[in-house]
Amino acid sequence: MKKNFFAHLIGAALLALPLVGAAAGGAGIKLDSAPVNLKDKASLQRGAKTFVNYCLNCHQASMMRYSRLTDLELTEQQIKDNLMFATDKIGDTMTTSLSSKDAKAWFGGVPPDLSVIARSRGADWLYTFLRSYYRDDKSPTGWNNRAFPAVGMPHVLHELQGAQAWQQVGEKKGHGGAMEPVMKLVLTQPGAMKPVEYDQFVGDLVNYLVFMGEPAAAKRTQLGVLVLFFLTLMLVVAMLLKKEYWKDVK
Amino acid sequence: MAAAPKNHDNLPGGILGKAIIWVDDRFPLLENWKAHLSEYYAPKNFNFWYYFGSLAMLVLVLQIVTGIFLTMNYKPDAALAFASVEYIMRDVPWGWLIRYMHSTGASMFFVVVYLHMFRGLMYGSYRKPRELIWIFGCLIYLTLMAEAFFGYLLPWGQMSYWGAQVIINLFATVPFIGEDLAVWIRGDYNVGDATLNRFFAFHVIALPLVLLGLVAAHILALHEVGSNNPDGVEIKKNKDPKTGTPLDGIPFHPYYTVKDIVGVVVFLMIFTVIVFFMPEMGGYFLEYNNFIPADPLKTPEHIAPVWYFTPFYAMLRAVPSMFGSQFPGVAVMGAATLILFALPWLDRGKVKSIRYRGPVYKAWLWAFVVSFLILGYLGVVPTTVWGQLPKGLPLLGGMDTATLVARLLTIVYFLFFLLMPWYTKNDKELPEPERVTS
Repeated sequence: MKKNFFAHLIGAALLALPLVGAAAGGAGIKLDSAPVNLKDKASLQRGAKTFVNYCLNCHQASMMRYSRLTDLELTEQQIKDNLMFATDKIGDTMTTSLSSKDAKAWFGGVPPDLSVIARSRGADWLYTFLRSYYRDDKSPTGWNNRAFPAVGMPHVLHELQGAQAWQQVGEKKGHGGAMEPVMKLVLTQPGAMKPVEYDQFVGDLVNYLVFMGEPAAAKRTQLGVLVLFFLTLMLVVAMLLKKEYWKDVK
Repeated sequence: MAAAPKNHDNLPGGILGKAIIWVDDRFPLLENWKAHLSEYYAPKNFNFWYYFGSLAMLVLVLQIVTGIFLTMNYKPDAALAFASVEYIMRDVPWGWLIRYMHSTGASMFFVVVYLHMFRGLMYGSYRKPRELIWIFGCLIYLTLMAEAFFGYLLPWGQMSYWGAQVIINLFATVPFIGEDLAVWIRGDYNVGDATLNRFFAFHVIALPLVLLGLVAAHILALHEVGSNNPDGVEIKKNKDPKTGTPLDGIPFHPYYTVKDIVGVVVFLMIFTVIVFFMPEMGGYFLEYNNFIPADPLKTPEHIAPVWYFTPFYAMLRAVPSMFGSQFPGVAVMGAATLILFALPWLDRGKVKSIRYRGPVYKAWLWAFVVSFLILGYLGVVPTTVWGQLPKGLPLLGGMDTATLVARLLTIVYFLFFLLMPWYTKNDKELPEPERVTS
């Protein structure tokens, strides 16, 4: 019985494991992998700057306090001087002055709160979404998105990325031998950033959104290692205790 | 009434011993200590599968304690609930840990309880004289499902909201009274603030009380008849003529208390890995859509219940609607949980344990387990997951393959129970040993 213990344990753990992975949202396009690294404080600081400059005008993050940005190795003074435009109280949450009435009139809906957007959409989806805008004359804003068809939000970052088009770049043999067009996003009008720079820029922003989705995440994994270390020691003691008592059971 | 003087030998000396005597003169302390721990004789051959009873108790306590702390900051108000959970995650010191322990605990409760129930099936722990233990256990399982369902509404995310909407609408399918019944449950024509408030009340006080009572009954019934074991042999048949204690039994305390501590630590290690490194468990313990606040005007594309309900959800979807009503599916789903209660009277085998059962029973048990697991998988994915059957096929042409499989597996699930009286009676069983083996 003793020998089988760990084999059984692994079996039980596998039973507990879910059978498939499910991703949330999206129109079923292939997602690019976001460069998320919560230890990269410089990247998170750049992302925070982008967030307050570009996102926070329309979107809010009503569950995130400015003061929590101290987790990114910023002082309160630095936060006040560089990242707070809507309020002067460091303990305030990141709200916006855009009223929901205006938002409905301008964009057809209230822009979603971004506090936990990385947790509902996932980092990869956000990273793909922010890089998948293309020109579409049929859309009211003039923009459409591969990851979010008929999106209400215009391409806010287009000055940086430039304009892309959803274009045919070739042909390939499809099912049944018929030729099918190969479509791709093509940069037709360059922006202020090179594509590599823009990817990094969006990567930093997504990294920040992941941080903001769960500010305690870094501490959580750090602490987890300690807890496991403690439990390992406790396991040794528990097993020795059990062995000692069970000596006399025949 | 003057009681006979109690035996207070073998107690520790000093203040501790005196305190025990003081209490014991006024309360049946030592009597209960002996009856349930130090002189409760458990079979010495418990194996891996016998850890899950004590682990279920551990998780129950964890859920109650973390739940108390969550209640201190949670707001059961449709306008505040979602943000109050994020407040706990961000601003309450250690709030994220308490919340993750509670959300992980909910899923782990079901993991532990499912393994505990499977143990009962394998070793025939529901057989005479343990029918009542099994029935209390089934009641605990049903209460736990209700407790989980009520609790899942509280974060007030999209999945909370629409999951509750779907489940309550099941009651609306009951003929004649359904619609009124659904309104009565919700307290409104839609899931709303009134629903959230009453679900909170059920989740934090009503059902926990019921659970605690049932768990006490479950354990009292167990200690009345004694534990079963992997051999299914009654240890009370072979007693030491001098002491009158079972020859194959050992006192629960200290032997199984120290052994269960090992199980507890291993369990906590798995629990820790989830809480600290993968609290969402790939979207199964915390669903991604539940990080979007509840929106009564926006139905999510794909509503899937939390994983522990999915076998039953798959059965619900598998049953075709009849006369324009979904009620048959709901009835099947209800029957799938209620049929568990009949188990002690369906089994006609002479032996209890899988070790001595015949091949037919073993085959049925595995078919049952595999059906349950595949149904669980089918419950989380859309019915189109395996495509459609070829159009040309008679009768079944064009049907979703997954729906057909779910129907067949639902039948297997029920046949495991309904045919049991026959296949257990005529099976080629091995003789049960006189005494427990190791």
